[in-house]
Amino acid sequence: MPDPQPLPPHQALHRLHITDHKDVKIVSFIENKILDEGNIKEIGDALASLVEAKHQPKLLLDFQNVDHLSSAALGMLINVNQKIKLLSGELRLVNIKSQIMEVFVITRLDKLFRILPDREKALETFSPA
Amino acid sequence: MKATINSDFSAGSEVQRRILDAAARHGFKAQCLFALKIAVEEALVNAIKHGNKFDPAKHITVVASISPRQADIYIEDEGSGFDRSQVPDPLAKENLEKSTGRGILLIESYMSQVSWDHGGRRVHLVKKCE
Repeated sequence: MPDPQPLPPHQALHRLHITDHKDVKIVSFIENKILDEGNIKEIGDALASLVEAKHQPKLLLDFQNVDHLSSAALGMLINVNQKIKLLSGELRLVNIKSQIMEVFVITRLDKLFRILPDREKALETFSPA
Repeated sequence: MKATINSDFSAGSEVQRRILDAAARHGFKAQCLFALKIAVEEALVNAIKHGNKFDPAKHITVVASISPRQADIYIEDEGSGFDRSQVPDPLAKENLEKSTGRGILLIESYMSQVSWDHGGRRVHLVKKCE
């Protein structure tokens, strides 16, 4: 459920765990309800700030901790994907639980996003640095 | 249960929690709870955001009846309503990359029955869980 008070992107970044693997940004969501509507805009802005500063950004989103996904969260992911595509970058989604995967399948977004089982397999699919 | 809430997300979140707690007490399994959570959230967001447009003078009425095998939930806003048949299909090729418009698809996918009345201001959600 949405939170009406937006946070600046740098605050939303505290809700994300961000690591680097070569030139790939690996982002995992710290809270299991991070994709409830309340945080969606802030998370979207934070992810955008990670990719917008780069040419051909490479982003791996890890859904290990995500137990819930709303239509607004899907919209945020689509917006992030479009930003990355505009910058000729690459986005991969990994560790999506079966219930969450069902949401992607129902909305046919499993065809839009590149979804891999885990980080290791996803990292193999990025273009070389 | 019956609740009349303000057009804000924190109130919606609270009523959503009450419905899910009741369903859990009646033994709804995880898969049914997940379905209920998605549909109730999407319906409440639609009522608050698209129906009442966050108008503090308008309210949302939620009536929920939960039994061990079924959840019946009515969610009604005080907006201008809508025509379900005029909502674009989010699965159409030209809409697949649009960032909005999937809430009703998710509601209808996860519920056993969904109907709108009162000019689209009220949605009736039914989830049957064996």
